[in-house]
Amino acid sequence: MKAYDLAELAVRNLRESVLRNSLTTVGISVGVASLVAMLSLGIGLQQMATRRLVRSGLFDTVVVTSRRDLRNFNRNDDAGGLDPAQSPVLDEPSRQKIEQLPNVVEAYPDLRFITSFTFEDKPHLTMAAGVPFSYKTNDAFEGIQGSFFSSDMASEVILQKTFAAELLGKTQKPGTEETPVAELAKPLVGKEMTMRYQEKIDVPPASDVNGSAPSESAEAATTYSIQSHELKLRIVGVTDLDPDSMRGPVRARILLPLKLLQSLHVMQPTGMRDTTQATSKTPTYSTVSVRVKNPGKIQLVEDSIKKMGFNTFSILDATRSVRRFFTVLDLFLGIFGSLALAVASIGIVNTLVMAILERRREIGIMKAIGASDIDVKKLFFAEAGVMGALGGALGVALGWTIGRVINLGTNVYLRSQDLAPEQIWFVPWWLVGSAIAFAIVVSLLSGLYPAARAARLDPVQALRYE
Amino acid sequence: MTTVSPLTSKVAIRTENVCRHYAMGESLIRAVDGISISIPSAEFVALLGTSGSGKSSLLNLIAGLDRPTSGAVLVEGNNLAALSREALARHRLRTVGMVFQSFNLIPSMTVIENVELPLRFAEVDRSQRDSLAREALERVGLSRRLDHRPSELSGGEQQRTALARALINRPKLLLADEPTGNLDSHTGTEIMNLIREFNESLGMTVVMVTHERALAEQYAQRLIFLADGKLVDDQPNVVAAGAPSQGGRA
Ligand SMILES: Nc1ncnc2c1ncn2[C@@H]1O[C@H](COP(=O)(O)OP(=O)(O)OP(=O)(O)O)[C@@H](O)[C@H]1O
Ligand SMILES: [Mg+2]
Repeated sequence: MKAYDLAELAVRNLRESVLRNSLTTVGISVGVASLVAMLSLGIGLQQMATRRLVRSGLFDTVVVTSRRDLRNFNRNDDAGGLDPAQSPVLDEPSRQKIEQLPNVVEAYPDLRFITSFTFEDKPHLTMAAGVPFSYKTNDAFEGIQGSFFSSDMASEVILQKTFAAELLGKTQKPGTEETPVAELAKPLVGKEMTMRYQEKIDVPPASDVNGSAPSESAEAATTYSIQSHELKLRIVGVTDLDPDSMRGPVRARILLPLKLLQSLHVMQPTGMRDTTQATSKTPTYSTVSVRVKNPGKIQLVEDSIKKMGFNTFSILDATRSVRRFFTVLDLFLGIFGSLALAVASIGIVNTLVMAILERRREIGIMKAIGASDIDVKKLFFAEAGVMGALGGALGVALGWTIGRVINLGTNVYLRSQDLAPEQIWFVPWWLVGSAIAFAIVVSLLSGLYPAARAARLDPVQALRYE
Repeated sequence: MTTVSPLTSKVAIRTENVCRHYAMGESLIRAVDGISISIPSAEFVALLGTSGSGKSSLLNLIAGLDRPTSGAVLVEGNNLAALSREALARHRLRTVGMVFQSFNLIPSMTVIENVELPLRFAEVDRSQRDSLAREALERVGLSRRLDHRPSELSGGEQQRTALARALINRPKLLLADEPTGNLDSHTGTEIMNLIREFNESLGMTVVMVTHERALAEQYAQRLIFLADGKLVDDQPNVVAAGAPSQGGRA
């Protein structure tokens, strides 16, 4: 029989006992719905966890340092392959080279120093750091009160929550409620504070560039002067970023635009060492943070940076174990979801076996006028398949609705707890497709026995009695 | 009708010592018990006998609905006992058309759908099916109420539908199991005239089961009598041969 005829006959037969077949189809759809709801919950939770991990910056950042710095710790221990003295300097050209590597989003120097800030005539000594302007679009500053820097070179600062509290004299005492960020920001945003800092000015030595290999003496011979400055800065925002995050720039209590900081040539704690390449006008850095496109690419990027002769550090792909955990979770959720579908498949077997008993005579007639075993088998398969497809489509819609309701419910709850809404439930397209396909496959499997039984029916017996 | 077609001498059906036994617990029921007959092409044969004599059983063996316990059934040169289930289905589809006492139409389908059902199994295109079905229905004198279900039709109309369905694949054999058994005598005569017409104008070989001797004598060329599964008499119909258009005998 042709496929179209088969489908037409199947639909016609299903319509003949519409109530029973609809109930069976609803059974399948409930099974599919529970499977879809369970799996989409698993997928949603996984995405949420991954999102959190990525936002923490723990898993998409590689910290690069120069091997030269090792010399300062282990002067005589050069077991680590390349002679540290031969390894390249971590300077601006190297930073640019790293930034051009595949899978790298950006590479920025870590500029941080401890200095004094005066706010309302009171000096505070604290750690300041430069934040690349790209953070404006990045979710690290999601919970900021006020705004991000208006430009790359703006004389503006963002305060860490704890420092803001310190400025206002509201330091948290143990056992008391934390002051909300918004409350800290209100009196501070728009106010000015003054930063004192030391500028390092290289003084070119008197034109003796003969020392081709840099030596200890050459280093000692480098000269620079230090000048004190003051800079007025406007407070634009307060953030409650975790100061322990892996994202270098936020590990400070006062944040300034990175470009601005670079232009100031602030004397850094590592400044003494960075002067190895005498006369160099290009700045050298103690560390460069590299942001990678996605955590899975960390190893690749790290390898290519190492090849350039630098040291790297990262927390290696922890998302891998997260993924493994969720695979197991999805498996369990899938098994629970499938239980309902298994029950539904018994419903299909039951319905079709009933149909055989009822349609005994009809099957006998069809065989008498020339239907083969295969024709009869296909017909019952088609009926099972149509029920599966309908049930699958209905089930996906139902599962989607259930997930939607769960989502709305949780978000209403989260909002009532003053928390940001989360999508803990997610139905990807592949789940829609494979759930329907799965329903059809399960239905066809359920149709195996009834179809074989119908095909084997003896037409003489079937036609014998009225 | 003076010339005798050479086809008439060709054998359409031959059985060789064919048996169909049913084991019922201890006892063995010999529904068909060693029957050997030969039916030439285009012959109209009546199978007669009392109830339970094995008429339907023999007809089912010829139709390929059942397989013999022993012996051979040859239809158009094919030994049905040796055919696979698939090939036997093809035999029922292409070579045989059947009508029954209880019409055996599919109740959920309309008249025209019932008639074109064999064409679906024969994988005939939808476009052709409708015209073929209408043509067959016209042949049996049914041109109205084609979109009605069988339950809405009279017995005679239902049997006409069944006849149209039996004809649709242009089979060589028409096997009829008491085709007038559920009809009044007037309607029965109409159906019998149709069957005779198929035999004469289409050259179909007809085997008709009946227990009415009068009906057999009126239409058949040959009468075969069964009793307890055995052939007891096989004779040409002298009554009909002499007066083919004579009215019904009481
Ligand atoms: N499946 C079966 N199992 C057991 N016995 C059977 C079976 N089919 C037929 N028989 C027996 O075989 C014998 C012949 O049956 P069959 O139906 O061929 O008779 P028939 O001549 O057609 O009778 P009727 O005129 O009543 O239709 C009967 O005794 C019947 O009981
Ligand atoms: Mg019978």
